[in-house]
Amino acid sequence: MKFDNEFFSLGYIDRLSYKETFIHNIDARVKLAISMMFIVCVVSFPKHVVLSLIPFFLFPVIFLTVGEIPLGFIVKRLVIVIPFVFFIAIFNPIFEKRVAFYIFNIPITYGILSFFSILIRFVLSVSMIILLVATTSFSGICYALRYFRVPEIFITQLLFLYRYIFVLSEEAMRMVRAKDMRSFGNKGTELKFYVKLTGTLLIRSILRAEKIYHAMLSRGFNGIMPYRKKRVFEKRDFLFLIVSMLFLYLFRFFDIIKFVGRIFVRGLS
Amino acid sequence: MSHHIVRFEKVEYEYPDGTKALKGIDFTITHGESVGIVGANGSGKTTLLMHLNGYILPTRGIINIGDLILNKQTRQEIRKKVGLVFQDPDDQLFMPTVYEDVAFGPLNMGFDSKTVDEKVKKALEIVNCYDLKDKPPHHLSGGQKRAVAIATVIAMEPDILAMDEPSSNLDPKSRRALINLLKSFTHTKIIASHDLDMILDVCDRCIVIKDGIVAADGPSSKILSDEQLLEENNLELPLRLQKF
Repeated sequence: MKFDNEFFSLGYIDRLSYKETFIHNIDARVKLAISMMFIVCVVSFPKHVVLSLIPFFLFPVIFLTVGEIPLGFIVKRLVIVIPFVFFIAIFNPIFEKRVAFYIFNIPITYGILSFFSILIRFVLSVSMIILLVATTSFSGICYALRYFRVPEIFITQLLFLYRYIFVLSEEAMRMVRAKDMRSFGNKGTELKFYVKLTGTLLIRSILRAEKIYHAMLSRGFNGIMPYRKKRVFEKRDFLFLIVSMLFLYLFRFFDIIKFVGRIFVRGLS
Repeated sequence: MSHHIVRFEKVEYEYPDGTKALKGIDFTITHGESVGIVGANGSGKTTLLMHLNGYILPTRGIINIGDLILNKQTRQEIRKKVGLVFQDPDDQLFMPTVYEDVAFGPLNMGFDSKTVDEKVKKALEIVNCYDLKDKPPHHLSGGQKRAVAIATVIAMEPDILAMDEPSSNLDPKSRRALINLLKSFTHTKIIASHDLDMILDVCDRCIVIKDGIVAADGPSSKILSDEQLLEENNLELPLRLQKF
């Protein structure tokens, strides 16, 4: 029943995006813009930087807590992708053996620094994107993309992907269930089955696509997806945008860690 | 009011693979009539419906809808007159939210956003689904999907409503709600279905299609009580007329 689980977790992220919290209610264009700026800021640091990246965790943490997204949900998704990044970064400590500094006599090389730098950047940007999707309705994201002049054809693709991924996966789920019920634990033919399942799904979706196109034509479709301009910026959207940009600017161009550290040290002495 | 007439004259249709689906259909439906189209599986009902808004064009014969002869040039115009509701609402609802889906037709017809708003509201209120307007279609129940699918079509204010199995997969209460809804429409209605009780409720007239030709055409009460005719077409008496 693994397939069932996957299917329902797909529905889960969708359900999350229909909550009503402060973060959910922020205009999708603002959230998209902030997320993009966030990623650009995170990625644009020099390659050995580790500490300066830490303050950026503020953003995912705020999205997570205010948006009432369960932490486990994000972690699970990160864990799936992390091995890939791990193997991309793993060669840095091997090739770059110049020592940067010592902590308790343990030499820390530039390679190790850049290794962690890559991992942190990855966690930051991927969790930000997952959180963006989990706190914004899909139609909102498409609306925002359109606002930022992403070509119409990509948006149309996205809209249909989102609309029919549920229909298609439900279809696949029913087929897998039907097969499970008649296979009596016989595992030998799994692969063969999935090959055929994929083929059947492809043909079914082509047929469905034809019907959908028919439905679109009967409602006057002429090649361009129509949409209406409706949403307006509210005060809180502006406020959120400006405050977020301010923080991004601070985190990117000032050494917050050093600053906080100095205050801390001064407080101690 | 002769301009909402639907007339099929010796309509034949052959699928590209050579299957002859329609072999000479003749009938005339006048303004405001509600007509049930019944027949066995594979008798050509769906093919017939697909002609109604020009998705497919007849191989031979003439289809006249609202004083327009159906051809490549007129089919855009005809699509505005004929609203077609599909059997599977998942095929009909393709936009991310209910509102956008209902607005799709009116926006394509070039109305400004205020008019579109009004049309969408009106259409959704007719089917009692205005509260669902911000939901994505995959969060709706089967009955709600069907109702919204009908709303997407009536938002374009067609003169003629054509439906393929509108009552399939509905629970009895949703089915009853649908029947009452259909009864309240004053459009010309063309309904293809195996649900003969519904046809009896909604349609005054009934056309039986058999192997691509019209096997019988007359008042529903007469056709749907003709046991022999129904049996010949893989049908049976509506439950309500069966004697126990």
